[in-house]
Amino acid sequence: MFFNIHFTVLLIVLPLMAAPICVILRKPKPAWLVAIIANFFVVLFSISLLNHILDGNVVRYELGGWAAPTGIEYYIDAINAILLCVVSVISLLTLIYSKQSIRKEIAEPRHYLFYAGWLLCLTGLLGILITGDAFNVFVFLEISSLSMYMLIALGRERRQALMAAFRYLILGSIGASFILLGIGFLYAATGTLNMSDISERLALIDESRSVIVGFSFITLGLLIKTAMFPLFSWLPNAYQFAPSAVSAFLAGTATKVSLYVLLRFFYQIFGADYSFGNLLLGYVLLPLAIIGFFVMSVVAVFQTDIRRMLAYSSIAQVGYIVTAISMATHQGLTAGIIHIINHAFIKTALFISIGCIIYRYGTARIDDLGGIIKSMPWTCAAFIIAGLSLIGVPLTAGFVSKWHLITAAINSGWWIVVIMILMSSLMAIIYIGRVIEVFCFKDVSSTTQSDSHISVKEAPLSMLLPLWMLIIISVYTGINGDSVVDLAKLAATQLLENLPSVNNSLSIRGRL
Amino acid sequence: MIEWLALYNDWAVIVIMMAGFYIMIARHNLVKKIIGLSIFQTGIFYFYVGLGKIDNATAPIFVEPVVINGVVEDTVIYSNPLPHVLILTAIVVGVATMAVGLALIVRIYEKYGSIEEDNIQAIDHKLICRLDDKT
Repeated sequence: MFFNIHFTVLLIVLPLMAAPICVILRKPKPAWLVAIIANFFVVLFSISLLNHILDGNVVRYELGGWAAPTGIEYYIDAINAILLCVVSVISLLTLIYSKQSIRKEIAEPRHYLFYAGWLLCLTGLLGILITGDAFNVFVFLEISSLSMYMLIALGRERRQALMAAFRYLILGSIGASFILLGIGFLYAATGTLNMSDISERLALIDESRSVIVGFSFITLGLLIKTAMFPLFSWLPNAYQFAPSAVSAFLAGTATKVSLYVLLRFFYQIFGADYSFGNLLLGYVLLPLAIIGFFVMSVVAVFQTDIRRMLAYSSIAQVGYIVTAISMATHQGLTAGIIHIINHAFIKTALFISIGCIIYRYGTARIDDLGGIIKSMPWTCAAFIIAGLSLIGVPLTAGFVSKWHLITAAINSGWWIVVIMILMSSLMAIIYIGRVIEVFCFKDVSSTTQSDSHISVKEAPLSMLLPLWMLIIISVYTGINGDSVVDLAKLAATQLLENLPSVNNSLSIRGRL
Repeated sequence: MIEWLALYNDWAVIVIMMAGFYIMIARHNLVKKIIGLSIFQTGIFYFYVGLGKIDNATAPIFVEPVVINGVVEDTVIYSNPLPHVLILTAIVVGVATMAVGLALIVRIYEKYGSIEEDNIQAIDHKLICRLDDKT
């Protein structure tokens, strides 16, 4: 496949440049077109990059003509190449979907701002993934977060959306500030900001209080950003009140990207031996993760709004992923990465299908949606398949990740964890099953808005198409799971090794 | 005791940060929350500024070394400019965050008619109750 080293930097520059173009154009349709074109090229570039690192290569790209430890470099290996693909594909599909969906949610004169904010958010997320510089992570994190606050505030129920965005702003800024502080301590201890360089120099330091303090601050900040239990309070409101396209995008990508930073810091910059061996991180994270996925699954069962239910389920899924990560074994890490990928697609599909329902019915309350499968068969079918995948039914992507998660837990000898995962999956059957029951079997006439139900048509094609693309991706990985599993194994192997030194001759290099 | 006092800049950082953090937690007024956030971030800026300071060092501007009989006489020590550059970026980010936060507050005030969190929660609660009555 066609590959050029400059794709690495274009991945960031393209959406960044397209955002102001959207603002200049000021009309919804051209702005949407610009956003789609930029995003399409980003998808191509990231697939081409992924193709290039499959045989274990790493790509390094120096910016501004400064060699690596001095200047900022972009560093790409398996894990971030995979996530670059996931984020850009999800962004493209939700962007296609958003064209119709925001018509009913956002006033027409603000559409171009929506697309500009979206592109900036995409830039930030891709930047976090691609950069090999610790301080750059913070900068891109803030770019993505600030545009995300703005996107959430555009929500349909303006009042609650504004408050949700404000709460997210306060908590997100605290998280980002903690990360900034942690990076400062790391810089004080090592005198460098390049990730490879930090990890090399940290290995030479035996006992340093500033490293421990830096580690704690970075961990805490990232846990807020990943919405790990008990630091999740910003998430349910943000997912519920944001415009439906934004909640789909947010659910699929934002927490996953923070989880990637977590992986990079725990496993490579500090090293698995340091974070899980010396500092006993597993003993802190694992109980929280287990309580998190169990309690949040229970809470999800009692929600009346489907989006809020899915939000709590998202926090539960973060719990699964962190459980897998804190095993600190190759198998556990593989399971975690598989679940990051699969859950990103599944959750986006679920939020998009709910978005389609809101588009037609104007509500996401479970009680109001009896028997809607008759009027919206395709949307409901997609919701059911994605829901089954969330539970982990065989032949879906969710099964592959749950299978690997449970196998890894058994091989680590953690039987209690296995039981808890299975119990929590039972909860998922209840909360997804409840919605499916209402969709399929509840009588239309038993709901309050029965008159309006009759005239409702299926969602427009431009909304169904991206939805079914996501469903096809997740079913394909469920049936032929090897492709994703192999990628995740490669990524896990690389994560358990040290970061290659800056001057490593094996990497593919480029400079601007 | 003297050792502890010698780290007075770190103590200042801790006090400023915690003051900001406390305001964010304890105050229910949204504007005060943003002020707290700003103070909290200022603490971190001070931390970075302190990081670049080296004893007896000058500003990092190149000074011609004094050479007497082929021997370099005074070697100049420079402060580390990198943390300062980093924190300039972080200050800009902080300003942007504050701008977004204040813009949100203006909108919230337009919609709710209040910027006290308790009032806003009460209004939201009423709204939810009314929705439940309808169904």
